[in-house]
Amino acid sequence: MQLAAFTQWLDERLSLSSLGQIASKKEVPLHRQSIWYYFGGMTLFLFTVQVVTGILLLLYYRPSAENAFESVQFIVTEVKFGWLIRSIHSWSSNLMILTLFIHMFSVYFMRAYQRPRELTWLSGVVLLFISICFGFSGYLLPWNEVSYFATKVGTDIAGVLPFVGKTMLRFLRGGDDVTGGTLTRFFGFHVAVLPAAATVFIGIHVLLVQLHGMHVPSRYEQSHRRMKFFPNFLLRDAIGWILAIGVLAALAALLPWELGVKADPFAPAPAGIKPEWYFLFMFQTLKYIPAKILFFDGEVIGILAFMIGGLIWFLIPFLNRSEGPRTRLIFNIFGVLVVLYIAVMTIVGFLA
Amino acid sequence: MTRKQQISLIREPAVGCRLLVSGSRSFVALLSALLLICLCGLVATAQKKNSCVDCHSRLEGKIGDPARTIKDDVHLSRGMACNDCHGGDPLADDKTAAKDPRKGYLGKPRTVDIPAFCGKCHNDANFMKKFNPSLRVDQEKEYSTSVHGLLLLKGNERVATCISCHGVHGIRAVTDALASVYPLNVAETCAKCHGDQNYMQAFGIATDQYVKYKGSVHAKALYERQDLSAPTCNDCHGNHGAAPPGIASVANVCGQCHVRQAELFQASPHKAVFDDRQWGECVKCHSNHDIAAPSDDLIGTGEKSLCVTCHKSGEAGFVAAGAMRTRIDDLLAGIDRATEILNRAERAGMEVSRPKFELREAVDGVTHARVLIHTSLPQEVDKVVDPALEVTKKTYLAGEAALAERSFRRKGLVISLFFILFLAVLVYLKVREIESRQPAA
Repeated sequence: MQLAAFTQWLDERLSLSSLGQIASKKEVPLHRQSIWYYFGGMTLFLFTVQVVTGILLLLYYRPSAENAFESVQFIVTEVKFGWLIRSIHSWSSNLMILTLFIHMFSVYFMRAYQRPRELTWLSGVVLLFISICFGFSGYLLPWNEVSYFATKVGTDIAGVLPFVGKTMLRFLRGGDDVTGGTLTRFFGFHVAVLPAAATVFIGIHVLLVQLHGMHVPSRYEQSHRRMKFFPNFLLRDAIGWILAIGVLAALAALLPWELGVKADPFAPAPAGIKPEWYFLFMFQTLKYIPAKILFFDGEVIGILAFMIGGLIWFLIPFLNRSEGPRTRLIFNIFGVLVVLYIAVMTIVGFLA
Repeated sequence: MTRKQQISLIREPAVGCRLLVSGSRSFVALLSALLLICLCGLVATAQKKNSCVDCHSRLEGKIGDPARTIKDDVHLSRGMACNDCHGGDPLADDKTAAKDPRKGYLGKPRTVDIPAFCGKCHNDANFMKKFNPSLRVDQEKEYSTSVHGLLLLKGNERVATCISCHGVHGIRAVTDALASVYPLNVAETCAKCHGDQNYMQAFGIATDQYVKYKGSVHAKALYERQDLSAPTCNDCHGNHGAAPPGIASVANVCGQCHVRQAELFQASPHKAVFDDRQWGECVKCHSNHDIAAPSDDLIGTGEKSLCVTCHKSGEAGFVAAGAMRTRIDDLLAGIDRATEILNRAERAGMEVSRPKFELREAVDGVTHARVLIHTSLPQEVDKVVDPALEVTKKTYLAGEAALAERSFRRKGLVISLFFILFLAVLVYLKVREIESRQPAA
């Protein structure tokens, strides 16, 4: 009785019933490729896991060169279930990038970026960039040997860019070298700048999805059925999220994220320094590029090529507006080549 | 004006200039300017012309060697020339004028005169400061106290003099890696004579020192690790004052580097016994030239133990040796146990870097205990071993706790997964139930 009165009180002030009505009318297309619709929701769920575990880690983490490693060590050894939170945060970030890639390529191959969803694609690619920045900045925060030198190598690569390289390197590092200043800076990006940017772009992205609804591939336009978003699709989504929690728990318990040894800026770089797996294809490519290509620095050419590739990827909705079979084939081949290239170079990078 | 002042005047024209301007100002200033120009010209000519090298370089065989090897000489590189040692006039064109005794020509010194010949400059602190202020100036004095020097004074010209070790005209600085006295080359230099059985026969001393040294722990450090602080011949025997350390000074020689061991031995019960029996302190157990890397087998009552060569079963020394070895073995076993469990926990993904770091304290304890053996007192060894053993126990427990935590996590995972899967199944059933009630879209 009291609950009903409270619900009515809220409804009068927030119009919850009208929101419920909108939700009850929302539908999701049902066809053979509907499975890919779940990866967007899964990415958002893993992002939420990141936010929650990140806030918990913030309770103990100390962002300075003197204390960062020790504070993470304290979290994983002394804090009750600190090991679980830290491992879930690390594993979840990797799974989030993975589901994000799957989501992005599914959108690409289903051509869900075409009119009128160009802005949804653009906001999605921006979110991919933000997520990668999250990964890069978060990687340094434990201040261990591997993360220190990976950051050094990563920021060095940014530094070779013509005209803006030096400025960008100093901006990223907060000086000429990777120091405690860089750690504080990366911490600021990781817990303030990037979350703010991510919130804005997730808001835009989700709003656009609601505005345009789920895209249906042309071949299923006539034959597809529909499923209610609430509760059918949401509950199916929830099954995936529950299973994701199980996977994260298993990974955290069986393969806890390593802490390594504390970074020593005066020590030589250990052999076999590698970045996170999602940077590996670029890292491996740069290794294969000769030092000089004609009169130009090979590394600079490589980085510029990646930047141009990224720009092309970003502008895909404006490059492929046609529904013709020939264009479709060309863009499908292009997409398959991109997936193969990333997969092969990542595997080679792992084995190298 | 002395010879060194003459050299100084030639090398530093400004000095000469200062001497001359002390008289009548205007005239002397003009004169000194002219003289300065002349001196500069003289120096330039002197640098260009060296009739000694010009002639000797044309000569075949041994007599031409000085001219050929002098180019590598440290003295030449610091601005000195043949006449700075041998006298004479390098500017003269003919042999008689160049080797004119009136121009201070000395020629080749006799072997017995060589230390004093080099000492002319090397004994003079003021003169040497111009080239190398940190260089000692007592080499000749030291040499005269060495076995080499004493035999030379007795007229034995087969002994080593300055040139035997440093070379004659191609003398290089000790910091030059190609110098015969560079740390990596010292043993070979000494072995030229001391490793030659025929040459050393007259002196009646052994010639196996070099071969023995090359197999020693010191040589391994010097040659394999390129650790230039590792001792070679001169570090124990001295260089200019080279002499075999007597029984009384062996511990002092070794104690230059092994300070703590030497101190402990001096205070140990062994000291009086060794002195009484005229045993060389360190060398009695560790040998001299062929010093091997010490192992724990050297102590205790086992077959390889050195203690049992003097201490028989039942004696206090025998018991003490056994006790010290047992304590070290206990500590090593404790470290192994703790390391094994910590590595196992680490392989299982557990964070054990802190106990692993703490375990280093116990490893330091082993090193310390091995040094304390030189006290010959088990109770002294215990003072270090006991706290180190506590560390091994504590770190072992940390390893056990880490493995227990891993086990707890796995059990927790199984229970969590059961509930997670149960929840997923419930939601799935709910979806089925909802969809069964809804008409097909």
